[in-house]
Amino acid sequence: MNTILLSILVLGGIGIIGAAVLFIVSRRFYVAEDPRIEQIEQVLPGANCGGCGRSGCHDFATACTQASTLDGLNCPVGGAPVMAKIADIVGLAAGDATPMVAVLKCNGKCEFRPRTSAYTGPASCAVLATLGTGTTDCSYGCLGCGDCVDACNFGAIVMGPDGLPVVDQDKCTACGACVKACPRRLIELRKKGPRGMRVYVACSNKDKGAVARKACQVACIGCSKCLKECPHQAITVESNLSYIDFNKCKLCRKCVDVCPTHAIHAVNFPVKKVNPEKPAAEATAVASNTPQA
Amino acid sequence: MKTFSKGGVHPPEQKLTAGNEIITLDLPGEVTLMLGQHIGAPAKPVVAKGDKVKRGDVIAEAGGFVSAPVHTPISGTVVKVDTVKNQQGLAVPAVYIKADADDAAADAEARKNAKPARTDAEIAALQAGEIKDIIKGAGIVGLGGATFPTHVKLSPPPEFKPEVVIINAVECEPYITADHRLMLEHPDEVIEGVRLLARSVGVNRAVIGIESNKPDAIALLQEKLAGATDVEVCPLKVKYPQGGEKQLIEAVIGREVPSGALPIATGAVVQNVATAYAVHRAVRYGEPLMERIATVTGPGVAKPGNFLFAIGTPLTTLIEAAGGLPEDTGKVIGGGPMMGRTISNLDSPAVKGTSALLIFSQGEAQRRPIENCIRCAKCVDVCPMGLEPYLLSTLSRLKRWDDAEAEKIVNCIECGSCSFICPASRPLLDFIRLGKATVMANIRSRKS
Repeated sequence: MNTILLSILVLGGIGIIGAAVLFIVSRRFYVAEDPRIEQIEQVLPGANCGGCGRSGCHDFATACTQASTLDGLNCPVGGAPVMAKIADIVGLAAGDATPMVAVLKCNGKCEFRPRTSAYTGPASCAVLATLGTGTTDCSYGCLGCGDCVDACNFGAIVMGPDGLPVVDQDKCTACGACVKACPRRLIELRKKGPRGMRVYVACSNKDKGAVARKACQVACIGCSKCLKECPHQAITVESNLSYIDFNKCKLCRKCVDVCPTHAIHAVNFPVKKVNPEKPAAEATAVASNTPQA
Repeated sequence: MKTFSKGGVHPPEQKLTAGNEIITLDLPGEVTLMLGQHIGAPAKPVVAKGDKVKRGDVIAEAGGFVSAPVHTPISGTVVKVDTVKNQQGLAVPAVYIKADADDAAADAEARKNAKPARTDAEIAALQAGEIKDIIKGAGIVGLGGATFPTHVKLSPPPEFKPEVVIINAVECEPYITADHRLMLEHPDEVIEGVRLLARSVGVNRAVIGIESNKPDAIALLQEKLAGATDVEVCPLKVKYPQGGEKQLIEAVIGREVPSGALPIATGAVVQNVATAYAVHRAVRYGEPLMERIATVTGPGVAKPGNFLFAIGTPLTTLIEAAGGLPEDTGKVIGGGPMMGRTISNLDSPAVKGTSALLIFSQGEAQRRPIENCIRCAKCVDVCPMGLEPYLLSTLSRLKRWDDAEAEKIVNCIECGSCSFICPASRPLLDFIRLGKATVMANIRSRKS
């Protein structure tokens, strides 16, 4: 028989047998999946960041289809619009989620926190954290190697000129990747607040006041003045460190004024007092004396 | 000549102080005694502010089985029980003691002419358990630098039978000469300590492993041990990290410690030579561990030397004794240049594990710029544990802890041979240390 014909027959035969096997297997072992999962996945941002607490977008979509209520399920990246679409798909009411933002609880800029040693090893906060206090005397503050910058999938964190990471609150999706990446646990997800206004303690130093102050001029010294001043019982002081509960805080900013080391930051507030000598336009400008987050 | 089989490197030896006699520093006017000077649970303080203490008194008792008590080297008053910033700048609990002027002379005299607490006959009559109790009570820890409590190593689990005591007199780290000088100046005392250690675990064979770059020490000990059958000297070929416990066992008795097993699985109990000397002091003079010898050296140091000092002495006192910090000092390392850690806080006190202070200038302290891995596999060749450092380092950098665990990252002894040999100056050990610590924490949390 003609060799060419034989080859065609053999290859064609293998192809047909293979197709038959694939057909049978695809029918026999068909896995039924809720079609809504794919619909939800298309709505989701697809970053697989894990910010929802699930291992990825597919996992989150599966959880949405299986849940009886959407409370507690929130895609921090997509926010309310995405959750509304998901609610439509699964036919449930969208849970209410407060917009959150990553906040750095350290203000140890070079000017406030003198450098006591130099570090020339690999630029990794995780490695530096194993070597002691880092390049300053503060054993709680930012190490400045930018592990949080690397961890952010959304380009929302950049290293500022003063050695501290700066969070862009418009890009931050509160996925929490930076929170996990920081070996000193300096980043906290806090309520974004109305028009971005929020008050927080920009320090994590638990040393006694004098020790903390020596290491960094703007450290929280645990003096408890803010605690006494707060009319809403939003402040607690533990281990020489003040903490403001963002669920109780009413943004009155009384604590900001009494803090002797200016460790409490109020961001995105309109300028407080109108200075009569200055033009009125500046009075309404957004305060810029404190960093964003 | 014997040595271990896998890997190893040959860093420049730089034993600048090998010919310098040990200088005894005066007892300091005040000491700061950290409570966690050893591996294991920190000691618990038994004194309070205002208490009077005498030289040799326990100021903190062992905080568990794997722990050791802390003793005061000076008589005086407890100033406070507070925290102190350690060599890495972290706050750790410590007891501050200030010497009383009246007692200072008596202390100095007691130190110079120590009275034996036991006679030869009494020492000969001591049982193994009694020797162990003396060691435990004296707060002796491994003085090679790891500071593991000695009595724990002398009490192996019942399923293991010690066969031989190996004395680590290798001193494979460059620059350090404290053990070398100790052997030259106190050979009889060291040998007595070795015999006591062997008796405490019930064996009658001990081997002192010494690298061949210390021929005078080898010759002296061999001369002292001529005719002895229980203790022998084993000269070893120079190779770093021969002072590693597992490497030394293999070099001396040719048995490899299985992965994940205790070194005692080979039948060997390894103790440092300085530990043996401390055991001699504890048994014969009833003196707890409150002093040790350290080498203070460096290329630019005015008067490098080996110093006997009281534990709790400020590091600055040691550096002053060596002629002070040179002007362009860039880095001070506690321990050897290969495994030691940079000291970022020189105001901290010396501890039981302070075996050396190395002082380097700005230029010498600089790391070379990090370049890309060229896949030369030199790190694999030199790893004495048979690991793949380039891989472990990358897995740690990528936070792939489970993969790092599967690649046996916990077997790493952190000797630094990989970082030393890397032609691309990659920070291999930096990341491996991070990965090892994380993986070990993961394993512990799984167990509990």
